[in-house]
Amino acid sequence: MSTTLQANFQPYIADGLFDEAFDQAGRIRNTYAAFGDSFNLLAQAKIREMQYATVKAQLATGMTFNVYDEGVNKERILPIDIIPRIISAADWELIEKGLHQRITALNLFIDDIYHDQKIIADKVLPAEVIRSCPNFLEPCVGLNPPHGIWCHVTGTDIIRNNDGKYYVLEDNLRVPSGVSYLLENRELLKRNFPDLFETLNVRPVYDYTHHFMELLREMSPRPHPHVVLLTPGIYNSAYFEHSYLARDMGIELVEGRDLVVRDDCVYTLTTSGLKQVDVIYRRVDDIFLDPSAFRRDSLLGVPGLFEAYRKGNVALVNAPGTGIADDKVIYAYAPEIIKYYLDQDPILPNVPTYVCDRPRDMDHVLNNIEELVVKEANASGGYGMLIGPQATKKSCEDFRKRIKADPRNYIAQPVINLSTVPTLASGRIEPRHVDLRPFILYGRNLKVIPGGLTRVALRKGSLVVNSSQGGGSKDTWVLG
Amino acid sequence: MLSRVADSIYWMNRYIERAENYARFINVNFTLALDMPMGKEEQWEPLLEITEDILYFRKKYDTVDKEKVIDFLAFDTDNPNSIYSCIAHARENARTVRENISTEMWEQVNSLYLLMREPKFGSGIMTREPMLFFREVISGIQSFRGITASTISRSDAWHFGRLGLFLERADKTSRLVDVKYHILLPSAEDVGSTLDLLQWAALLKSVSAYSVCRRKYGYISPNHVIELLILDRRFPRSIYFCIKEAFLSMREVSGNSDGNSYNIAEKLMGSMHTQLEYTDIQGVIKDGVHEYLDRIQVDIMNISDAIFASFFAHSNIDK
Repeated sequence: MSTTLQANFQPYIADGLFDEAFDQAGRIRNTYAAFGDSFNLLAQAKIREMQYATVKAQLATGMTFNVYDEGVNKERILPIDIIPRIISAADWELIEKGLHQRITALNLFIDDIYHDQKIIADKVLPAEVIRSCPNFLEPCVGLNPPHGIWCHVTGTDIIRNNDGKYYVLEDNLRVPSGVSYLLENRELLKRNFPDLFETLNVRPVYDYTHHFMELLREMSPRPHPHVVLLTPGIYNSAYFEHSYLARDMGIELVEGRDLVVRDDCVYTLTTSGLKQVDVIYRRVDDIFLDPSAFRRDSLLGVPGLFEAYRKGNVALVNAPGTGIADDKVIYAYAPEIIKYYLDQDPILPNVPTYVCDRPRDMDHVLNNIEELVVKEANASGGYGMLIGPQATKKSCEDFRKRIKADPRNYIAQPVINLSTVPTLASGRIEPRHVDLRPFILYGRNLKVIPGGLTRVALRKGSLVVNSSQGGGSKDTWVLG
Repeated sequence: MLSRVADSIYWMNRYIERAENYARFINVNFTLALDMPMGKEEQWEPLLEITEDILYFRKKYDTVDKEKVIDFLAFDTDNPNSIYSCIAHARENARTVRENISTEMWEQVNSLYLLMREPKFGSGIMTREPMLFFREVISGIQSFRGITASTISRSDAWHFGRLGLFLERADKTSRLVDVKYHILLPSAEDVGSTLDLLQWAALLKSVSAYSVCRRKYGYISPNHVIELLILDRRFPRSIYFCIKEAFLSMREVSGNSDGNSYNIAEKLMGSMHTQLEYTDIQGVIKDGVHEYLDRIQVDIMNISDAIFASFFAHSNIDK
């Protein structure tokens, strides 16, 4: 096994950042050694051909998403880079344990918030934080979803800093997307490196939909459940995923207009009349679910759906109301939440977070804004953000004003340098920044799917991995 | 099956069938033009008559010629019936029902769509390889049919697909025959002429019926062509055959094996089927071929409306 920089990777410079494949001296890490040996045997032309064929296959199978660009609806692909992101068994064990702990605690937290709010009574979390949280749904107070589970599917965003440690960046407890890419990436990579999967004993992911379907059935109020997936429709950016999951689980993909509520039960409109629905995996946000309970102008929802849910006649996955824990101010309290409900120290740390609502934190943020990343408490997808070191004086000043006007709505974090992975750039292989989104299923058991979706910022130096902003993805291998 | 899904599968199949018919018509007319006797003009306007796109066309162009007609019928995104539009609609419908069709079916529709978007095709194809394009569309769609037949379970998705396919095909066959009979009607001295023969042969070829007709009757005459394309029991593009097959699927999706409580769509189709079953060529000629075909087109339209009302619309359910 060679330990020096290998021919196909030259000239690869990790550039002072934490690289998943090479250390600072240019030596390949153990996790990548076998892959590197095998990859090194490939001719450069063959590598380019593999990359081309992979993207071509994405087009042919219709792995596309819709984006609005200057008023025009365009179909794009999330390009897969064929060099995988590889995680060692030891690292994975830590991540898995950490996620298990975190999701268990957050689920207990959500349940507590919609019931007795003990965590507030015990003064661990200020009451004001919940009162002012826009994702807190009053109609969910006192509800008991089946088996006490609120966040059935979570897609936690994890990053690795220069110190080589993993940190949780976001929890994504509402309707996280990306799992279909994880599953499809694996299928496409198997075509490229069939032998490696065998020799490296890469942990399989194919049973995700099997476990997920089991989970959905467990939530049903009746035997022989009729399970459906509710999508906002074909123009939603995650439509490919909705369609993919429905197909793979053999369930119907429905839109709001396919459902009606009669006597607090939900039915699909079929060619032979009405058919009762027991479980809905919904990919529509809470507030759009039911115009009679939440946003009146929602065209995606089904009038009466929430009442049917409240009465226990239909299960919703995820349960409405989980958005409270996605509030970035509440995220900042995750270590306290884990300590409070489980009496444990967090296995996976948070990124250090300044909550502008705390006067001392606010002073620090206002004085050091040029070195911080400022985020709105309830925005996502890379929106409503200020990256201090890259921002103009004017926008820093603008954010200072916004923070002072509404401190509850802002948090700030130090700039985290995401780790890099070798990636095919034009003509050669260069380091590109990645994050990691593992998916966690919480039914009667809690399962973390080995690996996750690795998103990669394809633009040189960019730290933004979002698909809408030039991101791609990689297959993620957890070694056995 | 979800009403919306049934609706999409039905239309996906209609659009795909429409695209194939357009490709066949254009392809044959293109070849026909190469065989035209000297001094005779190429006829492109009848294509617009068959497809009933003439009104749209007139809004866009003042004169009719080969390039304009082919561009309009094949690639024009403003023409909702062009091959491009049909394939794009079919793909859009397929995207909304991927969980109900096989992966291979989806990939085939998608590859047709990607084919349309290849830079070597598209507007201005006349200066390049027009025939290749139409052949690829036709064979791509035939592959789709084969893939469908060998990958999909014979449940509602299959039957609603067949309803769309056969109603569209019956409609297009009826229009094709009608155009030759009604519009290309030769003057007395031209009957039996090379031109007349050429046109009848072209018509048969456009629906893959040329050698079938030769085999069955020995020679080609207008009455034989009409009998073959309207009433033949075994030929898969005859109107009778299409309605018979559509009716079989209609009975499956209605689930009325006991023969009771027919819905309107099933009633209309049953009566159309019976009418075709007990008609013969003399009867059609006596009624007037054009009048007969006209009625068939009206019947198909009514059936299509009734399918919408009976299966897709849920007008009886108060949402």
